[in-house]
Amino acid sequence: MTAIGRWTARSAVLAGAVAAFAFGGTAQAQGSGSATLDASVKRGHMLCAVSGQVPGFSLADSQGVMRGLDADTCRAIAAAALGDASKAKFVATTTQNRFTALQSGEVDVLSRSTTWTLSREGNLGLMFAWVNYYDGTGFLVKKSSGVKAAKEMDGASICVQPGSSTELAIQDYYRLNNMKFTPILIQDLSEIQAAFLSGRCDAYSTDASALATFRFSQGPKAEELMLLPDIISKEPLGAMVRKGDDKWFDIVRWTFAAMIVAEEKGITQANIDTFMDSKDPDIRRLLGLEGDMGKALGVDPKFAYNVIKAVGNLGEMWDRNITPMGVPRGINNLWTKGGLQYAPPMR
Amino acid sequence: MSATSADPRITGARLAPKRRIRLSWSDPTFRSIVWQIVIVGIVVGIVWYLVDNTNKNLAARRIATGFGFLDRVAGIPIGESPISYNPASDTYGRALWIGVLNTLKVAGIGIVLATILGTLIGIGRLSSNWLMAQLTGFYVEVIRDIPLLLQLLFWYTMLQGLPAPKQSWRIGDAVFLSNRGIKVPYLIWENAHTWASIAFLIGAVGAFMWNRHAKTRQEATGIRPAVWPVALGLLLALPLAVWAVLGAPMGVELPVLRSFNFQGGGTVSPEYFALLLGLVLYTAGYIAEIVRSGIQAIAIGQWEAAGALGLRRGAILRHIVLPQALRVVIPPMTSQYLNLTKNSSLAVAIGYQDVVSIANTTLNQTGQAVEGIAAIMAVFLTISLSISLFMNWYNARIALVGR
Repeated sequence: MTAIGRWTARSAVLAGAVAAFAFGGTAQAQGSGSATLDASVKRGHMLCAVSGQVPGFSLADSQGVMRGLDADTCRAIAAAALGDASKAKFVATTTQNRFTALQSGEVDVLSRSTTWTLSREGNLGLMFAWVNYYDGTGFLVKKSSGVKAAKEMDGASICVQPGSSTELAIQDYYRLNNMKFTPILIQDLSEIQAAFLSGRCDAYSTDASALATFRFSQGPKAEELMLLPDIISKEPLGAMVRKGDDKWFDIVRWTFAAMIVAEEKGITQANIDTFMDSKDPDIRRLLGLEGDMGKALGVDPKFAYNVIKAVGNLGEMWDRNITPMGVPRGINNLWTKGGLQYAPPMR
Repeated sequence: MSATSADPRITGARLAPKRRIRLSWSDPTFRSIVWQIVIVGIVVGIVWYLVDNTNKNLAARRIATGFGFLDRVAGIPIGESPISYNPASDTYGRALWIGVLNTLKVAGIGIVLATILGTLIGIGRLSSNWLMAQLTGFYVEVIRDIPLLLQLLFWYTMLQGLPAPKQSWRIGDAVFLSNRGIKVPYLIWENAHTWASIAFLIGAVGAFMWNRHAKTRQEATGIRPAVWPVALGLLLALPLAVWAVLGAPMGVELPVLRSFNFQGGGTVSPEYFALLLGLVLYTAGYIAEIVRSGIQAIAIGQWEAAGALGLRRGAILRHIVLPQALRVVIPPMTSQYLNLTKNSSLAVAIGYQDVVSIANTTLNQTGQAVEGIAAIMAVFLTISLSISLFMNWYNARIALVGR
């Protein structure tokens, strides 16, 4: 899309969202008990807000298919809720209009590398369903600048996206260390990256994951850029939904749990059919062969099967999208392997 | 239809001013009152419905409402600010106010520069010099045909192509041009400077009065007393004298290159400069056309008559044509000033922190989109109405007085 096109599109989302508050009717649950699910079924697809600009998270490939961890998260939820991963429709949002888009009902899920914070849950009328990436704020600098640590950057100009939690994290970090910086705040991701590469800023700061994938996407020039070792904040990223539709929240949350259980049990996209005659009660419940887990959520009993068949387990999703960017899984691994991903029992 | 056959309702009202209102649909006064009540009722009803529905929707979605967030500590970084700002202690209210000041800073200077440039180009289009007329015509066509957003991105990208601070272009040790902006020496402000400024203002008033006096004398006697020596004395010599008497302090803070950036001195940031440049060049294209059409609207006989009196072309333009053209030019010019001010909100694309940019960040961090958008609308409405009011007043002042 051209700069102008992106511009109008994002203004339209924000304007539309505000108008939705003024003109829209109040949501009422009926049918499945989830207004969002009912609306998605009726519409024929689920609307999922992504960035559309970040390699490894959501970026259209040469065929125009959205690829990345956030995009696959959307597919997994669509597979669970509607039984078909291809029914996830992607809506490109910016850091500034993403919450309004979700609040106003323009999208059903926000899967846009969004950090889980107290004020976002408390003030925005949104709920955080699950973390798909445990991240932290980092700094990318040019090797030629000679900077080796964040503490050496007193007086630096730093490129950062407005409206992000990064913005607040850097402010806190500099305050804590009695240092000063000049923020260069540009909304458009490609514009801010261009500003960093041209030398307008000494550092580019955002989630370390996005920095790593951005560095990777620079190809041979990646060698000229360096990710500082300092990680200055906790940024748990993942999927958010609106408050007021708890059934929908349940579906999104347990979609993640299903992918984690599948990884724990060694169930993958390729081998899932061999588990259909498994004797393990956990696996039988997961795959809808026993119990009525799907019914409790108001979706197909085989929802977990659909999810894994479509996008694989959590590890596969990581390997497909993040591993090629050269980022180790680290704390994003399963709890059994020293990571933080831990699913409550599905029973 | 002739001019005398005016609207019968009006003439009727004039003939019988004290006629009683009959409660009948055939009574025009009664009808108009009923219609006005109905229309006001509809407008109030729609506004009430929108406000009420918005509140219900926000409550149903459990989104925080109200303007209480303006008193909360902002914590958002702001790149450039005309007043002091500390994210650790200042509020969202102050952050938004900085946005308003930043908008005024670019719009105010932009309007002045665009008017000067646009007028010069507009006059240039009518030049008898072929090259001048073609070049200015080319400028107007090109500038008007490219979307402003693209122009802003173009200028911003160009400015980023400047060298890094360590290799910056420089004039001595005082002025530096790099991709961090233009760095200039900064005058250390002292009392003497304040008094000199006051003296300058007094001088300006004095010069204005003297000019009026000269005009009166000229009209009475035909002899115009010399204005410029007096004006020069009042505007320049007086403040300089005050400054000299108070000890002529002249402390200058030079920008110095530290590890990352220049410290000290004044800065024109690339974001501000790109926005100002883009807005001025773009709006000047439109103003040029307004000025050209205004000049062409003046009857050719005015030129010829002035020429017959022996005035040169420049003098005709200054004393005869432009003052008359001004009457034609002011109303569309007001639109351009309003456009420039509103277009300044494109700042957000290139990272200049105007009111829209800061309000966007605020509504994103607080989640209060409705309030944030309302604040942006209120700010632009206030600025735009102020410009309109001023321009309407000015327009009324220079209008031909019918006698």
